[in-house]
Amino acid sequence: MNLSSGVDQATLNEIVGHFGQYGGRFVPEALIGALDQLEAAHQAAKNDPLFQAELAELHRTYTGRPSILTEAKRFAEHAGGARIFLKREDLNHTGSHKINNVLGQALLTKRMGKKRIIAETGAGQHGVASATAAALMGLECVIYMGEEDTKRQALNVARMKLLGAEVVPVTQGSKTLKDAINEAMRDWVTNVESTHYLLGTVAGPHPFPEMVRDFHRVIGVEARAQILEETGRLPDAILACVGGGSNAIGIFHPFIDDSSVRLIGLEAGGSGIDSGKHAATISGGTPGVLHGTRTYVLQDENGQTVESHSISAGLDYPGVGPEHAYLHDIGRAEYRAINDDQAMEAFALLSRTEGIIPAIETAHALAGALIVGRELGPDALLLINLSGRGDKDVQTAAQYFGIPL
Amino acid sequence: MSYSTPLSELFLRTKSENRAALIGYLPAGFPTIAGSEKVIAAMVEGGVDAVEIGFPYSDPVMDGPVIQDAAEQSLKNGTGAKDVFNLLASTTALGVPGVVMTYWNPIERYGVDAFAQSLKNAGGSGVITPDLTIEESQKWASAAMANEINRIYVVAPSTSDKRMPLVTQQCSGFIYAASLMGVTGTRNSVSGDARELVTRIRETSSLPVAVGLGVSNATQAHEVAAYADGVIVGSAFIRLVQENSDIDAACAAVKTLASSLSEGVRRD
Repeated sequence: MNLSSGVDQATLNEIVGHFGQYGGRFVPEALIGALDQLEAAHQAAKNDPLFQAELAELHRTYTGRPSILTEAKRFAEHAGGARIFLKREDLNHTGSHKINNVLGQALLTKRMGKKRIIAETGAGQHGVASATAAALMGLECVIYMGEEDTKRQALNVARMKLLGAEVVPVTQGSKTLKDAINEAMRDWVTNVESTHYLLGTVAGPHPFPEMVRDFHRVIGVEARAQILEETGRLPDAILACVGGGSNAIGIFHPFIDDSSVRLIGLEAGGSGIDSGKHAATISGGTPGVLHGTRTYVLQDENGQTVESHSISAGLDYPGVGPEHAYLHDIGRAEYRAINDDQAMEAFALLSRTEGIIPAIETAHALAGALIVGRELGPDALLLINLSGRGDKDVQTAAQYFGIPL
Repeated sequence: MSYSTPLSELFLRTKSENRAALIGYLPAGFPTIAGSEKVIAAMVEGGVDAVEIGFPYSDPVMDGPVIQDAAEQSLKNGTGAKDVFNLLASTTALGVPGVVMTYWNPIERYGVDAFAQSLKNAGGSGVITPDLTIEESQKWASAAMANEINRIYVVAPSTSDKRMPLVTQQCSGFIYAASLMGVTGTRNSVSGDARELVTRIRETSSLPVAVGLGVSNATQAHEVAAYADGVIVGSAFIRLVQENSDIDAACAAVKTLASSLSEGVRRD
């Protein structure tokens, strides 16, 4: 495997669970057994044609895969005339890429003989997807959600409850996603025998970053074949928003060998990196340890996690997946910050030029495409992961644009 | 490694006195930076044999609500590494062994070697690292050995027989046995898993074993002291401080609990 920097896959995986100096396991000893069990189950499933067939069938008949590729011609006029294709993960069941990972982990949960799943959620997308998979497979489901987020995303709380999940508001710390993860980990430490922690992104202790990536690779595998079929060539750049980074790694990973393809992650710049109010972990953070993994972290001089800020609840996280930290350091992927206003401008533009209302998370990738398209000019071919739809964001967007509700 | 620390000497002494060591926990900077020094002095007056000082951290996944609240309050007070080491220095100056309990990121941020050195300079005996797995501990092991301080890892009931010796062989000073699957906090009874866990640990190591998680009163301490070399009490002390807004009243209550627990850890 040839990475542009000359680092090969063997080096990348030299120490299992590490991506260069990133990744690993920084967790209470009580969880090691469960992580080992999960790693073994994942490796077995990866090499088991029956498991892969079961998951593929679920994706075909339940998720709605393969997701289509849409060319955004009118939007592209604002991006220097580059050709732009959208990978439509927004059309998946439950409205985002999250379902790819959730169905995979729910199947693993059953394989491990566990009957209860717990999950964290910020905006509620991963919580809804988890509750959906739990309903489908008859698993007990508890979702931890910061109290602040339960208020901001009341509709998603109701959705999860309708799906039969219990939603536990987390009142500790900053009462947001980071604290929901802490509380889910405490539950897991206590109930690890019966419970699987269905982590929603490519962060956390090994094997989560690798496993969640593997479940999302389907995005990039499909997109690679689709863009070759549509255009006869590989894209010049692939763009995806990065919070924890699951949709980005899903579309990036199958292109890592293709050194001509630029991989660009768009982080949440909030009010701007200089303002200190952002969630751009790679652009504005430093290496450290958070939630069981070494990666870039927003932290102060004492190693305390600093609160992140973004108009997009789904990107509002002070850490990032360790593989992104690694791809950044070796120069294989680049990461840029898009602030709230730039994202909302792209949100409005896609809605009006293509009739597609994106998630505000996804709007960060769209804003990145407007910039990169102009940089590369009219011959460029861009592929954007349209990771989620904006139904959940209508209230936030209406408020932002002054539309009375 | 063959160096001794005040902590390892303590366990030799308590063994000869046919009792377990009583270890009290408090986050630095709780209830205030000055107040934490007073509370620890009260613990020691009451008969605590060693003190475990918590480095307050924003994301304490091993801790229940009592310690979480205390850590949050401490962080609001602006507690940082300097305050932790100052408190450690004033604690060890009282003549009791002192250790720091910290999640890994504050150590990494401070600098791994620098942390071990500052700990040693403050008279500290060692560090309890609840989220540092042995797989990630290489740098820390070198730094701790270079500074002759103890590395104390937490072992859980779920630790497999195969893994147990790998973890306990990395420990020095004592081995921290988490009495149950769960987070810190007071409980009505100490889990029956604790005794079994201690037995399993002893099959792999001759180091002293201290039991933590859920011990809050003299009866429980007595029960645990029958099979363990040390009893760790944290949340019960913190609760007393939370219940008494007056620091002197809090200290009086802490001293009373410490002396009662100190009776408890003496074997029949």
